[in-house]
Amino acid sequence: MTEFQTNSPGDFETVQDTVWKQEIAFIDAVPRWLAMSFVFVVFIGSWQLVTALELVSPIILPTPMETLNDMIFVGKNLLTGGYMLGALWITIQEVIYGFALAIAIGFSLGVLVGETAFGEKAVMPYLVAIDTMPKVAFAPLFVAWLGFGIESKVALAAFIATFPIVVGTAAGLHSADENARMLFKTMGASRMQTLIKMKLPTGLPQVFTGLKIGAVGVMAGAITGEFLGGGKGFGELIRVAASQLNTPRVFSLILYLSLVGLAVFAAVSWTQRKVVFWHKERVGAGDA
Amino acid sequence: MKPAVALEYSGAPVGAPVYDLAHVSKTYARNAVVALEDVSLTLRKGSFTSVIGSSGCGKSTLLKIMAGLIPPTKGRVVLQGVPVTGPRRDIGMMFQQATLFPWKTAVENIVLPIEIRDGKAAAKKAVEKAHQLLDVVGLKGFENVYPNELSGGMAQRASICRMLITEPAVLLLDEPFSALDELSRDMMNMELQRICREQNATAFLVTHSIQEAVILSDEIVVMKPRPGRIAEIVEVDLPRPRTLDMMTTPKFGEIVDYIRGLLDKGEDM
Ligand SMILES: Nc1ncnc2c1ncn2[C@@H]1O[C@H](COP(=O)(O)OP(=O)(O)O)[C@@H](O)[C@H]1O
Ligand SMILES: [Mg+2]
Repeated sequence: MTEFQTNSPGDFETVQDTVWKQEIAFIDAVPRWLAMSFVFVVFIGSWQLVTALELVSPIILPTPMETLNDMIFVGKNLLTGGYMLGALWITIQEVIYGFALAIAIGFSLGVLVGETAFGEKAVMPYLVAIDTMPKVAFAPLFVAWLGFGIESKVALAAFIATFPIVVGTAAGLHSADENARMLFKTMGASRMQTLIKMKLPTGLPQVFTGLKIGAVGVMAGAITGEFLGGGKGFGELIRVAASQLNTPRVFSLILYLSLVGLAVFAAVSWTQRKVVFWHKERVGAGDA
Repeated sequence: MKPAVALEYSGAPVGAPVYDLAHVSKTYARNAVVALEDVSLTLRKGSFTSVIGSSGCGKSTLLKIMAGLIPPTKGRVVLQGVPVTGPRRDIGMMFQQATLFPWKTAVENIVLPIEIRDGKAAAKKAVEKAHQLLDVVGLKGFENVYPNELSGGMAQRASICRMLITEPAVLLLDEPFSALDELSRDMMNMELQRICREQNATAFLVTHSIQEAVILSDEIVVMKPRPGRIAEIVEVDLPRPRTLDMMTTPKFGEIVDYIRGLLDKGEDM
């Protein structure tokens, strides 16, 4: 077998890769941890500089130290099960339910649109039309329909996250090439078998791309829902802190919130690496 | 364990007719292209036939009709006495791309046709046979390897196994090795010859390469384009089994030149 291993296209690429690596510029050769620390230090340094020189009013931009102190305060409240933890839990529930709803609806619609001519002809145009609307504008409607509880936030979060999942799923189902389709035909596969054993697995990378975009949207939807529809979540804490001009609090709340967003995104990335183990992504956050 | 050599291969057209094409024509409705016009052809059991012709002269169309993937506009295709009206178990097919599925191991890819037709339990029973086939094509030890780790040539070997797992009576091959480099292609062709002999299979190969067609075939169907039809069927009476060094014999050169002449004539039309 060795004769085929040596002149395979794959091996040739590896050889080229190593040649390339020798020509990589210094900036691309910096290790990840160092590069990240560097950017972090530059960012905090500039922030410190701007506040220390009082270039902007402290009400608009707190110092890094003030923000850190407030983060510690909020952190303690969260860890000791204070009222902020309750608020965070509400927001997390909105995110989880919203995402689950978006996945269920988005995936089903994606299969309908990607697999059936009916879906592509009759459903997709409406989806595109709705997708081009500013979805946040539906928030008051959801509040009117579902009240001030978490239901209206779940609805908005799901509403925003559904479309990228539909698009990802439909695109994924279209990504199987002519050869694979023909092969399944020669094996006498039914339409269902072709869908489940070939088209869906082939399209999983795109499905996950949709899920990642959806994961970002679901956070935005939950918080926007809380801004516009009240309730007792983290968004409400932010709104209150902002109305009191407590900018350090706003900053630290946002930072904690971003951890929730990161966790959702990381969960999707992790699942993707486990499920779509054969597909190595080169670009995109969370795929180190 | 290698399957025992079923029958001593005895050279040019042997055995009873297995495949019968009568006046097959195909016009694609979508663009009104006449891809095939009045193609009649008989393949005999255990024979190796190649189709050669310029690109667009209907070779792939012919193969798809023979495989029951698309219906002919006119004419009739009969395989082993039964008209071909759809995909069939006794037809094995291979394309230019290996098209192994990256989420399945080599063995899982190979038993896929069984899984599709007879379900998971039957596929499990076929694993042992898949191992034997991998051994036949020289891929012993690669049973549980994912396709990403196989070279182009190895992937095509695995897809040969997938084609053979259902023990098809005929093999329809659409430029199966044309994506490989020349060295690998020659070697794969010799193995294809050996496999066909061992399995006593009837083979029908679409190719661009005159050399490949001559070295492998008992008969070469030379096609001409617009509309695609048969220009001539050339018999190749080189002795069996064929070896690569036959490519340097005068007889081989003569046949190659003759076919090139036919193809050039086709181009002028
Ligand atoms: N699915 C199709 N729809 C319409 N026209 C087609 C289709 N497939 C092939 N053709 C046309 O039929 C002719 C023969 O094509 P094909 O059988 O692929 O030729 P070859 O394999 O010899 O290159 C070409 O003109 C091609 O454009
Ligand atoms: Mg072709």
